[in-house]
Amino acid sequence: MNKNGQAAAFYDLEGTLVSTNLVHTLAFYSTRQQGLWQTAKASVSTLAKLPFFGVTDLYSRNVFNEVFFRSYEGWSQDRLRYFSEELFENVLKPAVFPGTYDLIAQGKKVGHRQVVLTGALDFTIDKLMGHLGIDDYVANRLEFVNGYATGRVLPPVMASATKAKWIREYAEKNNINLSESYAYSDSISDLPMLSIVGHPVAVCPDFRLKQTARQHDWAVLDLR
Amino acid sequence: MALQLRRKTHESIVYIDKDSAPRIMPFGEDFILEDIPIGTRVIYPNPPIKGLPNREAAIRYAVNHPIEMEPLYALLEPGMQVTIAMDDISLPLPPMALPDLRQTMLEVVLDMCAANGVDDIHLIIANSLHRKMTEWEMKRMVGTKIFDEFYPDRYYNHDAEADDELVTLGHTRHNEPLRVNKRAIESDLLIYLNINLVPMDGGHKSVAVGLCDYESLRAHHEPQTIRDSDSYMDPPRSALNHKVIRLGKLVDENCKVFHIETALNNRMFPEGYDILTRNEDEFSFADRLKWEAMARTFSPLPRVARRKMLHAIPAAYELIGCFAGKTEPVHDKILELNYRQYEIPVKGQCDILISGIPDISPYNVYSALNPILVQVMALGYHFNMYRNKPLLRKGGVMIITHPCFDEFDHKFHPSYIEFFHRLLPESRDAFYLREKYEREFAENPAYIEMYRRGNAYHGAHAFFMWYWGENGRQHVGKVIVAGAENAHVPEMLGWERADNLTEAIAMARSYMGRNAEITMLHQPIIGLCNVSD
Repeated sequence: MNKNGQAAAFYDLEGTLVSTNLVHTLAFYSTRQQGLWQTAKASVSTLAKLPFFGVTDLYSRNVFNEVFFRSYEGWSQDRLRYFSEELFENVLKPAVFPGTYDLIAQGKKVGHRQVVLTGALDFTIDKLMGHLGIDDYVANRLEFVNGYATGRVLPPVMASATKAKWIREYAEKNNINLSESYAYSDSISDLPMLSIVGHPVAVCPDFRLKQTARQHDWAVLDLR
Repeated sequence: MALQLRRKTHESIVYIDKDSAPRIMPFGEDFILEDIPIGTRVIYPNPPIKGLPNREAAIRYAVNHPIEMEPLYALLEPGMQVTIAMDDISLPLPPMALPDLRQTMLEVVLDMCAANGVDDIHLIIANSLHRKMTEWEMKRMVGTKIFDEFYPDRYYNHDAEADDELVTLGHTRHNEPLRVNKRAIESDLLIYLNINLVPMDGGHKSVAVGLCDYESLRAHHEPQTIRDSDSYMDPPRSALNHKVIRLGKLVDENCKVFHIETALNNRMFPEGYDILTRNEDEFSFADRLKWEAMARTFSPLPRVARRKMLHAIPAAYELIGCFAGKTEPVHDKILELNYRQYEIPVKGQCDILISGIPDISPYNVYSALNPILVQVMALGYHFNMYRNKPLLRKGGVMIITHPCFDEFDHKFHPSYIEFFHRLLPESRDAFYLREKYEREFAENPAYIEMYRRGNAYHGAHAFFMWYWGENGRQHVGKVIVAGAENAHVPEMLGWERADNLTEAIAMARSYMGRNAEITMLHQPIIGLCNVSD
């Protein structure tokens, strides 16, 4: 790690900078399938899986990702990309927390590189990243074969320890001083990422992260 | 010597004799009974001046008969823009019984505005870099009727980090910058409602500090200014006050300010709790029963419960004077009243100063008195409560009683935690800390958002608290904490610890000699010692 390097701010996205999560995006696409039958089928399927998603997320974020992205299996790449603009305008943009803009603006003002690490799919957040003025971002990527999603995510899957590993490599490559850097997240699953920077911040944290933040005297922030 | 010691020099000064009663001392959220060495000079608060019988009438009279300005009604015109700024929750201490004095002042002023056709009115809390007040606190301060009418669009906290809500007024001739609340300065009339609890408050400080931003504040909230203030409770000898006056003049050049200042008596506790500020030698049987009841029921409670209970006791302050008009002459009149209430003539400095630290400070209302705040109460406020010369001789020993728990409020004092655990182990040098770290904390995006959207003190505030103790730190030879429950907090603050007061006094005497003069400030006290040779 370079001790003289620039500082950066590493953000989780869902629940941290925006109020939506991966399921909102899936639900959005479920209601935009080809034809009424497909739309109804995808919507009901998404609805039915909600408790299952909840349980797996509690168990492990990696397992959650494994099962969650299978829901995209068979969906066309063109359709997913085509509706991404509408997703941004109607779902993601209104879900940005009011404090997000100020937080990013302040980070930029003091020269912090703005980086987002998210478990969301890359094509869904591209516009949002531009809108927020993020310098770099890394997201999950669906595997497509012949223009259709296989339901698998290309490695590395962005979650838990992978985020921390990615940050270390990014810092090495971009001359970032991690001791001076910030990490923001709402979830205990991002504990590895929060633990490797000098200034970890819990944002609207879940119960377990809030307890951890209190124990370690980390800042706790509410951007809502 | 003994005869001289026992001579009654002032009604607020008592000398401990062999048949004197033990003294009640604050110990954080608790109170303890301690035997004090014979010959110790104990300084009590002056008896409270009788409050004015009708405070609303007094305020109304003041705004109708202002000093060096036209009466308020003559300044009001239909269609004009008026901003009413007021002190935040750090004044008075503890928060006063309802109705809060600001509510009464507001009722008078708002009535007058309505009668003169002024309806473009904003109420702004001049919290500067203090934490923003919560909705509940804001409601308590102004009453339900005003709150419902103005909150949240026209009744809000000042935001020192909202660039679009601030305006730069320029620099003083000493190059101190000033950027202040735009709405307040650009209004046709700015009315400031002040409660002057101690001489450091009020005057030009109200607007030039209460409504400014970080860059403006750091020009005078810095170690050298504090070192040069002898003391900051004595405005003519306070470098801090001189800087604030220069900034205030800049405000006056840009804005018409109508000041309403008030002075309170020192009736800090309501009846029943007033034994805490009285001479124990004069306790009646009923008073002793009260103390016994308190000691047996209150002290065994957990700390958090005691804190909650203490913070739920409103102060019984009464208005003793109100003046309105131009900032400086109004403030001079109020200072006269402050001195009349607080000033205690004290002959001779002491070698050992004993001061209990109560759970009362401007910065821990409804939260914990963390180690940085214990430091600011000891070396800042308690040390600086003097005029002419410090109560403690240069190089003397200060003994405080406090558990010194390592506890911080995460919501109110997040930057204090990092300051204490990360910076103090590296250095306690205020100049070094300011140079190396102050701006980093001030610009920390998380701290800024916690200040703006939550109820956190600004990231730089922990530094200001450290600087606030700077002249005390330079003057005092040693600080001994009696009863500190751990070793690391006193050590990190640069202090020594003792298990109890007796041990602390023995340690202090070993440094200062067996004949060391001991003085005890009977806390909680709002008193200003005018020390002469």
